[in-house]
Amino acid sequence: MSGSRASVLTLRVAHLYPRLMNIYGDRGNIMCLRRRCEVRGIGFELTELGPGDRLDPQAYDLIFAGGAQDREQRGVVDDLLRIKADAIREAVESDVVLLAVCGAYQLFGRFYRESSGAELPGAGIFDLYTEHPGERVPRCIGNVVVEWQSPSGPQTVVGFENHGGRTFLGEGVRPFARVRSGNGNNGRDGTEGAIYRNAYGTYIHGSLLPKNPALADHLIANALRRRFGEITLSPIDDRAEQRAHAAALRLRP
Amino acid sequence: MNLRTSAAVIAGKAAAAASRLLGRGGGTAIAGLIAERIDPGIVRGLAAQAGQGAIAVTGTNGKTTTSLMLNRIAHEAGLSPLHNRSGSNLMRGVAAMLVEDASIAGEIPEAARRFAILEVDEATLPEIARSVPLRAAVFTNLFRDQLDRYGEVDTVARSWQRALGAAPEEMTCVLNADDPAVAHLGRNAHGRVLYYGVDDVAAGGPAVEHASDFRTCLQCGAELRYDVTFYGHIGHWRCDACGNQRPRPDISVTQVTLGEDTTALAISFPDGGLKVALPLSGLYNAYNALAAAAGAFALGLPRDAIVRALEGFEAAFGRQERFSIEGRDVRVLLGKNPTGLNQVLHSIAAQPGRKRILFFLNDGIADGRDVSWIWDADYETIQPRTEWTLAAGTRAEELALRLKYAGFGDDVPVERDTSAAVRRALDATPAGGTVYVVPTYTAMLEVRDLLAQKAGARRFWERA
Repeated sequence: MSGSRASVLTLRVAHLYPRLMNIYGDRGNIMCLRRRCEVRGIGFELTELGPGDRLDPQAYDLIFAGGAQDREQRGVVDDLLRIKADAIREAVESDVVLLAVCGAYQLFGRFYRESSGAELPGAGIFDLYTEHPGERVPRCIGNVVVEWQSPSGPQTVVGFENHGGRTFLGEGVRPFARVRSGNGNNGRDGTEGAIYRNAYGTYIHGSLLPKNPALADHLIANALRRRFGEITLSPIDDRAEQRAHAAALRLRP
Repeated sequence: MNLRTSAAVIAGKAAAAASRLLGRGGGTAIAGLIAERIDPGIVRGLAAQAGQGAIAVTGTNGKTTTSLMLNRIAHEAGLSPLHNRSGSNLMRGVAAMLVEDASIAGEIPEAARRFAILEVDEATLPEIARSVPLRAAVFTNLFRDQLDRYGEVDTVARSWQRALGAAPEEMTCVLNADDPAVAHLGRNAHGRVLYYGVDDVAAGGPAVEHASDFRTCLQCGAELRYDVTFYGHIGHWRCDACGNQRPRPDISVTQVTLGEDTTALAISFPDGGLKVALPLSGLYNAYNALAAAAGAFALGLPRDAIVRALEGFEAAFGRQERFSIEGRDVRVLLGKNPTGLNQVLHSIAAQPGRKRILFFLNDGIADGRDVSWIWDADYETIQPRTEWTLAAGTRAEELALRLKYAGFGDDVPVERDTSAAVRRALDATPAGGTVYVVPTYTAMLEVRDLLAQKAGARRFWERA
């Protein structure tokens, strides 16, 4: 593709801790971003950043991080806070797109309060905190449908959630979506996820992006806008995507 | 005679009979549930009667096949196995099997010759270990499976560690040395520990496949290094940070030759070796045979019984079964989590010719309601060898989307009705041709029943 006019447009994606934070089909999100760029002739460059790797805040248009088990998450926190958090914050402040799913969503908040009361500091990208109500309180597990106010109007987002922690939003963020069915952030206030500038946090996996193509395109367009100005993404064949989306709307929570 | 046990057995048998009469499947769960309600100690009371003791087999993948192999070995050794063999591996399934076998007086017939082989769900293992005095417990592997039901993989690993910490010294732990999460259990065992593993590095590859779960050292948290991986995170692992490494196996496969439908194995024991021609394909089945051989060794079963049982082995229900229907060869291979499915796809890819594949994705409780795992499985590997495919099951649309990403076309056909899906698969297959059916667990129960009817085979709970 190099040399052709279309390939001048390139989406540069950083995938954080792909080997440690990947438990809920998070790879599907990367596959989706790649496919939706390549089908349109947009270049796609993926950089995987593991423990020890530094993140250049200028080098990426979109940063993605997925879910992890507690053990891996503990291993990641130290590296995140020590080596990457400042750079991610700088990138987000300059309107780089961030997508943080499940475990990463929690890690990017201000802190995580364990059921014992101990507080683990987060990266502080999002003004929110998460608390674990204790092992005796059931986890939030099930299919979820939420309504997201996309630039072109209300749009359903579908997927699956599986989290023990309950997340509460502060003043500095707005909810990503309103819960139609499922638990969302905490099962109480009807909110799901968080948005700060171009940073999106959510509990929804499944994978999230393949069957929510409108959200995927919104993130891609926002990510490209910074470097290439206003972008209109051409429509592509989304029949299979729409069918999977419609089928997920009918699932019980 | 224990009156309570007897009452529980009678009620359980009645429930099973009623369920069968109504055509509600094997009646396995309901019989166990009712018997346990009447006598909560029924599993302990009946299993303890087995004069030759009991062995449990657990793990994410391979437990049904491994326990069925152990059953055949015990049989060849002249023992009479008590075995929950149709994949009903929760406490109630074990209870149902025992109830079915027991007399209405609550006694196991010919108890002196009986040997209990318990296939146990990962999450049920601790309860079984508390209830039944086990002579040995075989652990196959631990992969991510049904995160919505079990919680995280680490939760299962910790519950196993606690169970072994509480188990008696008389119990031998039979552990897969090549799975770091399973090998780690050796530290918690009080009694004898036997490790098994594959020493033939020619069977492996250097790269860790995508769907890998245990990448970090369970002792220190550093990332593990692999000299060779066989599949998933199964391989020759070590931790450079703390020196933790794959234990040297006591029972090992020193040579494995994978054929189209068979696998030739050389297995070495502390006191000799054997060669066996296993009538199953796939490296995962070599591990199942190795685990069964290691379990048999732990119990002191004779070597010739192992060879006879493995060479005459018939695949476990729905795991690798073949049906002849309308002149077509229909092969069913269960694919229920990323690692298991990748292995199944490898084994299909090893067959000659272009493939026709009917995939099923269900999201029942027993399948795992979270289907995100399909995005971690490598459908891409089989796509270039496939000429026809259909997405079926309760989540057929999600599966069709995954297959689109794997290159199967923008508009992969979808069929929600099981019977119609099977019809389309048969119609797409020429006479004399082969079609593969790859279902998740509950889809397997449904589709296997349908295929068995078409092929004239008996339904599974009628299997001898």
